Amino acid sequence: MSSAIRLEGITRRFGSFTAVEDVSFEAPSGSITALLGPSGSGKSTVLRIIAGLEVPDAGRVWIEGEEQTHGPVEHRRVGFVFQHYALFRHMTVRRNIAFGLKVGKVPKAQRDQRVDELLALTQLEGLADRYPDRLSGGQRQRVALARALAPRPRLLLLDEPFGALDARVRQELRTWLAELHRELGVTSLLVTHDQEEALELAQRIVVMNEGRVEQVGSPADVYSRPATPFVAGFVGAANVLSGTVISGHVQYGDALVAGADGLADGSPAVAYVRPHDLVLSPVQRSGASVPAQVESVTPLGAVARVRLRLDAMKTLTAELPPSQLDGIAPGSRVYIDLSRASVFAPGDGVSDELSPA
Amino acid sequence: MAQADTGYRAAQLRRPDLGPPLRRLTVLAYVGAMIVLPVAALVHEGFAAGLTSLRNALAYPGAIAALELTFTSAAIVAAVGAVFGTLVAWVLVRYRLPGRAVLATLIDLPFAIPTLVTGVMLVTLYGPSSPLGAWLDRLGIQVVFTPIGIGMALCFVTLPFVVRTVMPVLQDLDPAEEEAARVLGASPARIFLQVVLPHLRPAVTAGALLAFARSIGEFGAVVVVAGNIAGHTLTAPVYIFQLTGQFRFAEAAAVSALLFLVSLCVILTTNHAVARWGNRR
Repeated sequence: MSSAIRLEGITRRFGSFTAVEDVSFEAPSGSITALLGPSGSGKSTVLRIIAGLEVPDAGRVWIEGEEQTHGPVEHRRVGFVFQHYALFRHMTVRRNIAFGLKVGKVPKAQRDQRVDELLALTQLEGLADRYPDRLSGGQRQRVALARALAPRPRLLLLDEPFGALDARVRQELRTWLAELHRELGVTSLLVTHDQEEALELAQRIVVMNEGRVEQVGSPADVYSRPATPFVAGFVGAANVLSGTVISGHVQYGDALVAGADGLADGSPAVAYVRPHDLVLSPVQRSGASVPAQVESVTPLGAVARVRLRLDAMKTLTAELPPSQLDGIAPGSRVYIDLSRASVFAPGDGVSDELSPA
Repeated sequence: MAQADTGYRAAQLRRPDLGPPLRRLTVLAYVGAMIVLPVAALVHEGFAAGLTSLRNALAYPGAIAALELTFTSAAIVAAVGAVFGTLVAWVLVRYRLPGRAVLATLIDLPFAIPTLVTGVMLVTLYGPSSPLGAWLDRLGIQVVFTPIGIGMALCFVTLPFVVRTVMPVLQDLDPAEEEAARVLGASPARIFLQVVLPHLRPAVTAGALLAFARSIGEFGAVVVVAGNIAGHTLTAPVYIFQLTGQFRFAEAAAVSALLFLVSLCVILTTNHAVARWGNRR
């Protein structure tokens, strides 16, 4: 797969604030790449630099093999979808979608045909003559998408496209966007702070934090093999346990968890375990187990959430399918197997609590 | 909650809050003394003898020409102000121009300096004794004592109107719409005309109408530059001034009432237009 986008050492400062620092990654042609990170992590700035709406202070941008670092916006042929739609409020849906075609001097007959195609593709046929203020949020975002796609862009850049929508519409549009992408195959870059959205839509995820890239990989990589404590904490929920390194293992209480191979004996280390990676059993099955008392069991449909108390200070959260709840009730003693933890030396992004889902 | 809200509104509609009596009286008395009374006096004086005073005033040679000159120059100045004022506002808001703060202050200068000073400035700059005036004279262009000078004086005086009505609207405008157009390949001219301008129309119209109203009445800046030649550069306000100098107050009042009427129509149109556009957004 060739790279539709290649960034090399992109840095952007606003006054004394460094929004983006030394960001490099590639986005493969024809796929969806997600830029995932908390707000203020610089992901939108990266997207705007690719579109040409911002100019980097250092680094280079290639689009389909052409260097475009300082290329004018209007020649980049990218489609951009803004979080708050940015529709032309005084134009009808049809004129909004036709705008890019008109600019590109597409003859009227072809233009009308293309607009009709997009209206059908975005399921907006009945709304062609409406003004944006007469549309729902989901409809507006579909118009924005149709407007961006109409001139057949080389890239589709989506800046938190579902951020302003309510949860139900967001999920609908997400599914629909995935289908649309399978149909069109246009190389897409999606900026989002929602890890679920990134995992569901993207074939490749670039995790960003404080202007830097933390990890680039497939959703499975980023989720199961986090490269940094930040990624472990940000992508998916995780239990956090602080311990000490002993011969390549982290000691937590009596348990020894493997994975601290690079770390010196006696140094502090942190283990991250996802709630569904905690294995509970009534007897001690491995050296990586710690005893605990079940505090509460909350059924959540497909899984049940189990609160486990290790000691006076520390609780962990496990998620189990209801079929594995035999013998697990508030007050019962269990052993928790920690062997699926990811271990890091403590650094930036380490917190002592369960990170949010 | 919603119902309580409507109930409260209905109560308000039935029994509108008139405010404390003293405050109410003070406001009414002040507005009455400052605005209503003078206007009433003007209309009464001008039309006490029916249309005779107005007819007499307009019968004077150059009177009709003065009104024509006043209204046409006001219209041209309003149009010029609409175009350049909008451009200035756009550049000031959207671009990091060097010396932007200085420019923004300069825009307000015409509000602050006495209009007579404006007239003197223009005569000094374009008068026959200045180098620029002499050079233009050799090209056959005369500014001072011609309608061109009147237009320039009015443009100077009314410059802030459109700029100051358009700037806040532009500042409120989400730049994302302009960015969306840029990404779609639109040129700056197209972005301005097709994306930005439609949002500015109410503000530009309001600013231009205010500039028009102000131009109709401008005296100080015009009287020095124009030379006040009847039938050529005599404007209506200067003509009114001349009438009062000849103690022909009834005729002065009749022409004044005419100007007042036009200004009133302009203000009403402005308010109506702004309210209508405001509702549509």
